[in-house]
Amino acid sequence: MTTTDDQAAIEFRDVSFALPDGRTLLSHLNLGVQPGETLVLLGRSGSGKTTTMKLINRLIDPTSGEVRVEDRSTLDWDPIQLRRRIGYVIQEIGLFPHLTVEENIGIVPRLEGWAPERIRDRARALLKLVGLDADRFAARKPRELSGGQRQRIGVARALAADPPFILLDEPFGALDPITRREIQREFKTLQRELRKTMIFVTHDIAEAFLLANRIALLKDGAMIFLGPPEELLRSQDPEARAFAEGFSNAQIAGSPV
Amino acid sequence: MTMGEFISLHAGELLGLTMEHLVLVLVSTGIAILIGVPLGIVLTRKPALSKPVLGFANIMQTVPSLALFGFLIPLNIHLFNVKILGGIGARTAIVALVLYALLPIIRNTFIGISSVDPAIRDAGRGMGMTDRQLLFQVELPLAMGVIIAGVRVATVICVGTATIAAAIDAGGLGRYIFRGLRANDNLLILAGALPAALIAVGADLGLGYFERRIQLGGAFKAKSPKLVWSSAIVVLAFVAAAYFFAAAGGKRIAVGSKDFSEQVILGEIIAQGIETQTALRVERRFDLGGNLAHEALVAGEIDVYPEYTGTALLAILKSPPLKDPQEVYRRVAAEYARRFDLVLTEPLGFNNTFAILVRDEDARKLNLKTISDAAKISGNWRAGFGQDFMSRADGYPGFARTYGFHFNEVREMDLSLTYRALAEKQVDLIAGNSTDGLIARYGLTQLIDDRNYFPPYDAVPVARRDTLTKYPEVRAVLKKLGGILTVEQMRKLNYAVDGEKRQPKDVAREFLVSKRLLSRTDPAP
Repeated sequence: MTTTDDQAAIEFRDVSFALPDGRTLLSHLNLGVQPGETLVLLGRSGSGKTTTMKLINRLIDPTSGEVRVEDRSTLDWDPIQLRRRIGYVIQEIGLFPHLTVEENIGIVPRLEGWAPERIRDRARALLKLVGLDADRFAARKPRELSGGQRQRIGVARALAADPPFILLDEPFGALDPITRREIQREFKTLQRELRKTMIFVTHDIAEAFLLANRIALLKDGAMIFLGPPEELLRSQDPEARAFAEGFSNAQIAGSPV
Repeated sequence: MTMGEFISLHAGELLGLTMEHLVLVLVSTGIAILIGVPLGIVLTRKPALSKPVLGFANIMQTVPSLALFGFLIPLNIHLFNVKILGGIGARTAIVALVLYALLPIIRNTFIGISSVDPAIRDAGRGMGMTDRQLLFQVELPLAMGVIIAGVRVATVICVGTATIAAAIDAGGLGRYIFRGLRANDNLLILAGALPAALIAVGADLGLGYFERRIQLGGAFKAKSPKLVWSSAIVVLAFVAAAYFFAAAGGKRIAVGSKDFSEQVILGEIIAQGIETQTALRVERRFDLGGNLAHEALVAGEIDVYPEYTGTALLAILKSPPLKDPQEVYRRVAAEYARRFDLVLTEPLGFNNTFAILVRDEDARKLNLKTISDAAKISGNWRAGFGQDFMSRADGYPGFARTYGFHFNEVREMDLSLTYRALAEKQVDLIAGNSTDGLIARYGLTQLIDDRNYFPPYDAVPVARRDTLTKYPEVRAVLKKLGGILTVEQMRKLNYAVDGEKRQPKDVAREFLVSKRLLSRTDPAP
């Protein structure tokens, strides 16, 4: 917790977001994400995690306060330019059902006007990076893939144009536990290789511990803890304790970390 | 005649009408897609517009086609000197068909795009797609199955509705259907309805297959945008061609007629009279339904057509009925000149009024001469009347009151069926048309209207004043046609067409030759 604001790659300054009907989804968030770090947003359903994500790539605009990316308010960014610098992975539904695996991965490069051969090479390289055989998978449609394979494609797609930032919104949430552990470990390796600035949303404390440099714990739209994982275990906050307990139980049950 | 014989005899005509039908459907559906899909897309971007636009398209579908034609014909809208709206023919038929086809296409485009999974839309936007890229690369491909389903419905609607295009001289298979209905000829009706049904089923299956393939394959992918563009251009070329066809040719004399045999025969008599006795070229715009012939005449789409004085008085001028034939003629002539700048020329000589008919044997046995004779003994009689007679101002209620009829039973049925019902003794008295060819064939007697209840319906050509001023020779021809036909002669001509299934143009030509208005050596039209 030693961040200073001017170092942050992504920064929330007193950001609140409310729906038109007045319901507040996020209130007075102050948060800086360091270049190259993986920040995990942890919390229950409805705690404001996804809202926080959508504020970064401007799928929504803050009701008050400002979100800064590379020291510029998102409102001053051209949203299209902003989003092309940010890879985005959401639960498996994000793949386009009418496009092949290769076309799905190649979307952002194509939007950026890359040459077809370059897109193809990039897609195949990324398939290899996420552990899939390019010859077998490139021409398949998403519905011909297993959940784990789809999720790998989702990650590959987010990496395609080599963006400096990656947002991952519960990317492994819909997977069975065994596949999830497997893919989490692969992702950990990837993370070390790529050194991107990542924001990772989850409600799975074990996942948070495995991947996070720091954890931000959200509850009812407010951040109640920010710090390295081991600090979360020492926190006296009831919500933090509830999550920490879940983590201890998982360890007792023999879940690999 | 069997269907097989009919087809081998009329293969060329049948093929021609089928082609006309297909062109009407293709052009209309094509335009409806070019308008409907972009409009549906706009609605997804401006949802506030969806209620009024879909509401309008909905209402258009409920407007009866004849009413829609009646509204479109008087329009006269030009673009670059080409008439784009109004008049009779394919142009107006296409406009009407497009209006009918729009709803399913707009609605399905709107629904198809609106129901794309919001998560997929978020993923696309999150990756930095512009609204345009999202639309063309994600939303449209995913909505394509639903949009094709809408096109499929629109096409089937167009195939069916295009049969009515024959009512405004736009051609198509409706010509056979209308002709068959008039002549009570099931074979002719089938000859029009069967190919139309086959086209509808074919279009439905073809587009249904396309739709299924798209849904199985996940979505439609325009393999080459060139293909999409070139098909759009082909459709547009069709449209332009159709419009120029309709606009081309310059000013000729256009002779019109309503949509029953007697009118077509009279139209031929007028047309052949002009062709053989002047140097003018004649364009035939026959078979116009309802009051469309009048609308077309006022709009300048045709120059002359045969009308009946009583119809002009009641149905067009909306005046109360009058009894005296001279009085009716004077009144109609004056009003037509004042209100429409139209000229009532010389009456052709016969009165096509309602004919109160009984079987010959009853007339002889009971010594019936007048309607009053029949009224006295009609207490246990059954009467059969057409829907038209039951409802019109000079129809059944006044008729029964004037003569004091109290029938045992009054049956309402299609006019063409009343003759057979009378001959087969299912009813004892009917109100037919005095010139109907079936009167002689079924052995029926017309009773005299001794109280002058029925207003006169003297047949008379009506022409545009400017045409007659420009071509005095046309005026001269119409003068010669004055008084050439009696009721009995008209019945014979009608029977030759309805009963003996002969061509109206041959029947008209023989008649003109017999009247020495045409010599046998004149070239056939």
